Amino acid sequence: MSQWTATPILEAPVAEGAKDQTMVLNMGPQHPSTHGVLRLVLEIDGEVVVRLYPEIGYLHTGIEKTCESKFYHQVVPLTDRIDYLSPMHNNLCYCLAVEKLLELPIPEKAQWMRVLLSELTRLNSHLVWLGTHAMDIGALTVFLYTFREREEILRLFEYVAGQRMMTSYIRIGGLALEPPMDFLDRVQAFIRTFPEKIDEYSNLLTGNPIFMNRLQNVGHLSAEDAIALGVTGPPLRASGVDFDLRRDMPYTGYEKFQFQVPVSGRCDVWGRYEVRLQEMRESTKIIQQALDGMPEGAIKADAPKIVLPDREKMKTQMESLIHHFKIVTEGFTVPSGEVYQGIESSRGQMGYYVVSDGTAKPLRVHMRNPSFASLQALETMCRGRLLADVVAVIGSIDVVLGEIDR
Amino acid sequence: MSTTLHGKQAVLAEMGQHPAVAALAADLAEAFQDARWDRDELTLTIAPRQIVAAGQSMKRAGYNFLEDVTAVDWFPATAPRFQVSYHLLSHSRKERIRLRVMLPASNPTVPTITSVWPSANYYEREVFDLFGITFEAHPNMRRILMPDDWTGHPLRKDYPVEGYR
Repeated sequence: MSQWTATPILEAPVAEGAKDQTMVLNMGPQHPSTHGVLRLVLEIDGEVVVRLYPEIGYLHTGIEKTCESKFYHQVVPLTDRIDYLSPMHNNLCYCLAVEKLLELPIPEKAQWMRVLLSELTRLNSHLVWLGTHAMDIGALTVFLYTFREREEILRLFEYVAGQRMMTSYIRIGGLALEPPMDFLDRVQAFIRTFPEKIDEYSNLLTGNPIFMNRLQNVGHLSAEDAIALGVTGPPLRASGVDFDLRRDMPYTGYEKFQFQVPVSGRCDVWGRYEVRLQEMRESTKIIQQALDGMPEGAIKADAPKIVLPDREKMKTQMESLIHHFKIVTEGFTVPSGEVYQGIESSRGQMGYYVVSDGTAKPLRVHMRNPSFASLQALETMCRGRLLADVVAVIGSIDVVLGEIDR
Repeated sequence: MSTTLHGKQAVLAEMGQHPAVAALAADLAEAFQDARWDRDELTLTIAPRQIVAAGQSMKRAGYNFLEDVTAVDWFPATAPRFQVSYHLLSHSRKERIRLRVMLPASNPTVPTITSVWPSANYYEREVFDLFGITFEAHPNMRRILMPDDWTGHPLRKDYPVEGYR
């Protein structure tokens, strides 16, 4: 393999340090195309980017510290708030890590539901990405189309979890509640029409000459640089690296599903657009398989000391009431050890590192977030390119500042 | 229950053929301090001064991707107090290993591995910011999430979580 050529990001440029012909420009943190509170300090020569330095931390809320003072099951709602576009992925990754520590087997139906919800979350996140990315480039219409479908997905989430965005539906040991009886029918109705909707977006964008000129051969990132800089997910696959945790290191039953992993060798923003659009089609197929083969059975593990009992049982059986009281007031202890669980989130490889010292509260919870790592590649992709390309590149790595700053 | 192997000898005896274990035993026998196989995860403890050499050795053994660097504070333990964990991923072998170094309570420092994986830049800055562990020869050892003029390192266990009463 050839050596990477990426250069480390050094200090932010300051106005006094700029050379005679360059100037320093602040982009953000309130700039609409930086997708949140990302601040970029740019040194530009005319319209060409000489240096670029991301300043982050504006949304830092210390979630990792907060986790250390919560019981294991109380951490689940905090994980939603890290990445507000894919809450289920965060729930899932945290729960898988704790279940690995507990060595707790999960019933099959819960696993299939997790796959289904995880792919719906991916669609949800990719729809927001597509709408905002196209809007940054100037194609305003697509946003209205993608948010129409996203609204449907949020309604499905509300129906199953009682909440549109902060779902906290995936819990340690399974799911929070039995899904409503016609939930799967509603998902089926949505999925039946969704592939046409993807064609609709594609019709608006794929042949659009303005969109093509803004995206093609912009933000070049070689495979070596992508690996060296920690880039994962669609941007990595758009650089020609065929790696997807769902297929290569399956979790929560992904090994039972058939799907393709889209890869593009273009290494540019257009490649990332194509990969994500194709991923939405593949997600649709996975959801269809999950609907067709959804097994019967329990949605919670048979572990009364860890999983909260059903409301009905809690009200009628003394033993369940005791377990409920104990779990809520004292939590449950987790054997000491350390685990790292990785999943493929919408933005790339997400990882939860949970360390237990044998008590009811985690000693350490650390999140490895794909956006945080991918942001390091921003300078490599933008240097020497036009200022307007920076907007396209930020859109193409699909940053969510909530998960960068945590 | 999955099998658990505690200690370097047990891991060497049972998993001597594993590429990461074999590479480390061959390249850096002295720096290879401890090993553990627990819940299907391999943890290798390295002497802090040798972490760069260990990183290069692992990279040659096929662990081409640095997924994460983070730390754990084992306060009130003092020697060692801090643990820095490096999670490495192999795209070809489709598996992960964890390297870790143990650091003392006073003046915890470890050489940076940005020369092996440039992506360590942000991860190590985060560890420095939140734990106060310094990475020697890091190109830009500054705070990343907290404000530049902040005092203290919030993820340390002795950092106050309440205000004045």
